[in-house]
Amino acid sequence: MDKQPVLDFATDFDHTDPAWVADPYPIMEDLRERCPIAHSNRYGGMWVPVLHEDVSAIANDTEHFTSRTVVVGSGRPTEEAPPAPIGVAPPISSDPPFHAIARRLMLPAFAPKPVNALEGFTRDLCSGLIDKMGDADIVNAGVDYSQHIPVGLIAKMVGLPQDQGDLFRGFVHTILEGIDQPMEVRMEMFAPIEAYIIKVIEEHMENPQDDLTSFLIDAEIMGQKLEPSHIFGTMVLLIVAGIDTTWSAIGSSIWHLAKNPDDLARIVADPSLLPSAIEEFLRAYAPVTMARLVKEDFDFKGCPMKKDDWILLGFPAANRDPAFFDRADEVIIDRVENRHAAFGLGIHRCMGSNLARMEMTVAIGEFIKRFPKFELADPDAVTFSQGQVRGPRNLPIRILERA
Amino acid sequence: MKIHLNSEKCQGHGRCYSLASDLFDSDDLGNAVVLVTGELNADQLERATVAANNCPEYAIEIGA
Repeated sequence: MDKQPVLDFATDFDHTDPAWVADPYPIMEDLRERCPIAHSNRYGGMWVPVLHEDVSAIANDTEHFTSRTVVVGSGRPTEEAPPAPIGVAPPISSDPPFHAIARRLMLPAFAPKPVNALEGFTRDLCSGLIDKMGDADIVNAGVDYSQHIPVGLIAKMVGLPQDQGDLFRGFVHTILEGIDQPMEVRMEMFAPIEAYIIKVIEEHMENPQDDLTSFLIDAEIMGQKLEPSHIFGTMVLLIVAGIDTTWSAIGSSIWHLAKNPDDLARIVADPSLLPSAIEEFLRAYAPVTMARLVKEDFDFKGCPMKKDDWILLGFPAANRDPAFFDRADEVIIDRVENRHAAFGLGIHRCMGSNLARMEMTVAIGEFIKRFPKFELADPDAVTFSQGQVRGPRNLPIRILERA
Repeated sequence: MKIHLNSEKCQGHGRCYSLASDLFDSDDLGNAVVLVTGELNADQLERATVAANNCPEYAIEIGA
């Protein structure tokens, strides 16, 4: 189904339009100046705030906006889907008060201590991937490096085989990038994912392991085991939310360093800059845009929002708002004040933020340690993902120096 | 000057305990706890202020 190209993003917004996928930042800037909440009749009605204050207000307003589904698509949740406040993939799809219960269950696994215990595993994974590149002059930092790192971590934490990365990435692609397909096609595409996860749950029921799948099977909320749909939904969340998000963040960081030799040289010379650089890459290239549904007809800042309209909640746009950030469009790797919203704002702060940071620190640290000088091999060959998670997918890099 | 943490606002972004691990720590859920509750010395004050200025939720205030 061919879609009409967008002529004006203020009134006909579409985040799958090639212009947005190629470079969304000038479009955000234009909207900020003339129409800070864009609208679209696509996807059955959608609003797109681009100011930090509006993104923050909506993220914090669980009274008027529901998280029942967080990926914009042509359809709405079916009658059979678990209703608010639980939703299809707790806790990301949950509203108060259930949200806090479902989230509290999962948070300890993603606190700094258990996450930092995975640093050695991550380092071995990254250096193994670099070893595999051999002495090639041009390496693909998307296909051969960044995409494998979160898959390895999520597989280890959830208890999935380490060698099925293509399968998981296929799942993620179906769920996050297939949004412009009709609902029936999407349901059909989802069937193998459902079958795979149910098989993993059954295997863990027979043979419990020390991993998050067995944890979910054993977990209780107020003395009751979790509903099978809750276990299933959280497994979908862990696989989908943990993979192409961090893959994008690592890829965008390497993409920036390949284009900005001064930043690369500074970090190589002084690795203590890496933590602030990573926060700045998270700000400037925030991979994740979330979504909400409007609960009931509601006027937000003069916008007549209708029940079940989508809100495309652009944390990347909030992170580039010059009213909130000094020199918002510049990447300043030693930025001192950086209240970025890359991991969201409010009660749905990314559950895996500590994990994502650890993966980024190790992955970028290892890459620049082994390749202290590199550049884009072919800027025109770099491609970006479509949908609500943005990051480079094809990323050919020419290695200029090896350590 | 002291660190005032609003635990209602804290959502566990972890910026404070990443930036100043001697002043802040994480609880078992990843939310912030304050390690130095008394008066801050000059060095602590500077770093506590940086941590406060990086909190996306405005959960940290430095004051009397």
